[in-house]
Amino acid sequence: MYTEKVMDHFEHPRNVGEIENASGVGTVGNAKCGDIMRMYLDIDEDGIIRDCKFKTFGCGAAVATSSMATELVKGKNVQDALLVTNKAVMEALDGLPPVKVHCSLLAEEAIHAALWDYAGKHGIEIEGLVKPKSDIHEGEEAEEEEY
Amino acid sequence: MGKLIYLDNAATTKTAPEVVSEMLPYFTENYGNPSSIYSIGGTAKEAVTKVRERIASSLGAKNNEIYFTGGGSESDNWALIATAQAYEAKGKHIITSKIEHHAILHACSYLEKQGYEITYVDVDENGIVKLDELERAIRPDTVLISVMFANNEIGTIQPIKEIGAIAKARGVLFHTDAVQAYAHVPIDVDEMNIDMLSASGHKFHGPKGIGFLYIRTGIKIRSFIHGGQQERGRRAGTENVTGIVGMGKAVELSFSRMEESAAKQKELRDYLIKRIKEEVPYCRLNGDGVRRLPNNVNYSFQFIEGESLLIMLDMKGICASSGSACTSGSLDPSHVLLSIGLPHEIAHGSLRLTVSEENTIEEMDIVIDAIKEIVDKLRKMSPLYEDFIKKQGK
Repeated sequence: MYTEKVMDHFEHPRNVGEIENASGVGTVGNAKCGDIMRMYLDIDEDGIIRDCKFKTFGCGAAVATSSMATELVKGKNVQDALLVTNKAVMEALDGLPPVKVHCSLLAEEAIHAALWDYAGKHGIEIEGLVKPKSDIHEGEEAEEEEY
Repeated sequence: MGKLIYLDNAATTKTAPEVVSEMLPYFTENYGNPSSIYSIGGTAKEAVTKVRERIASSLGAKNNEIYFTGGGSESDNWALIATAQAYEAKGKHIITSKIEHHAILHACSYLEKQGYEITYVDVDENGIVKLDELERAIRPDTVLISVMFANNEIGTIQPIKEIGAIAKARGVLFHTDAVQAYAHVPIDVDEMNIDMLSASGHKFHGPKGIGFLYIRTGIKIRSFIHGGQQERGRRAGTENVTGIVGMGKAVELSFSRMEESAAKQKELRDYLIKRIKEEVPYCRLNGDGVRRLPNNVNYSFQFIEGESLLIMLDMKGICASSGSACTSGSLDPSHVLLSIGLPHEIAHGSLRLTVSEENTIEEMDIVIDAIKEIVDKLRKMSPLYEDFIKKQGK
């Protein structure tokens, strides 16, 4: 079901943990739908993401997308971190099964939430960053119709 | 990775070697159509008849009350939809429970779209159907009560005899989906007032794609597959002779050793339940402690998600299942776990282990060690656990 890269990031997730006094922290998703991601960013004075850690409650894809997202944003400046979209995360993992695409959206949203927290705390505006939805699944449930 | 440890016997079982060897001659030599006149057709017909007799006697039923089907889901669909149609003149109301298998629930939603009314009776926190609620739900236009014998996820065994008595007293037909229970626990259709019963071969070491529906004599039920005169014209199509023969052998094996097999499974089950409870913090046993299938263990582990747990168990060669949404492809976790009152996040962290008599205590030890290690690893990764620990520290 999962690609080798997804399995690798699930089995050996990169950057699991917390950052004390992080520059920005974002938590997205909800337990009702079975996935929550929390992203911690350590950002220096030049706006470069020096470190990134995550904690995730969720399925294999949720763990793998979180892990890959931390890898992709590390070392980038906050502006470039916005380029780490769900598509970028998915591509880096060689794809996800269709039912798991929302996990990659959650990873993108988690980065945005952490950046939003950082920007708010430091009075900075990051061009193109909009306030992330706290719950990625809002309004999604009614869409599925059986038969 | 070492030897495979298979703990998903509620999903399917290993076909017993005796079953396979019993089936083989019906592929290679006795392949004749049971409806044919020549001798190899006759041999096949005889074999089918023998299995029908064996199943009938295992339930205390008559031979002509057993109808072979393509499996549990077909039996459930047939029982519900064809009975509903046949008794339409009496009424269009059916009662079932909230924790049925999807073969029942989705057949019910199909019937709802056809203008039938379905009442879904609640269960208690152990998954036992509320009998007073069930009785109150009966109306003059109620034609059928369908309640599963035992639940596939949490293993809870329903008070079938009591439900049968209620149905009989109120003049309502009673169907039970016994897919998880048949050939595992004793069933007597007369003693329990069961009018229809579904079962499936591959849940007790028989082949897949074969099952049966017991229909009590006198019950009006429409043909489900229209065609030839097989199964007394009620379920047309050339008999799945190899499947029937295989299921027959599995019935023979299961009933000849039901007691000792159940005792062995209970030993493994109770060992798992006890050690997990003692050694894994923040867990909850789902289902009834006593009224429970001999093979079923179902635990929820707080702060973690089931699919992750399953993949990590699989990496260690352990086959299990979960009621997590991610394993079902939808956003909602198991309807059974929600119906017994579990919050969503606890339902997502469920693990079902279903043993067979072939498992060993040594395997259980390996599994318990694996669960402890994996649950610990996933909790260290979980923001819910982080929040919980921080809250406790305050």
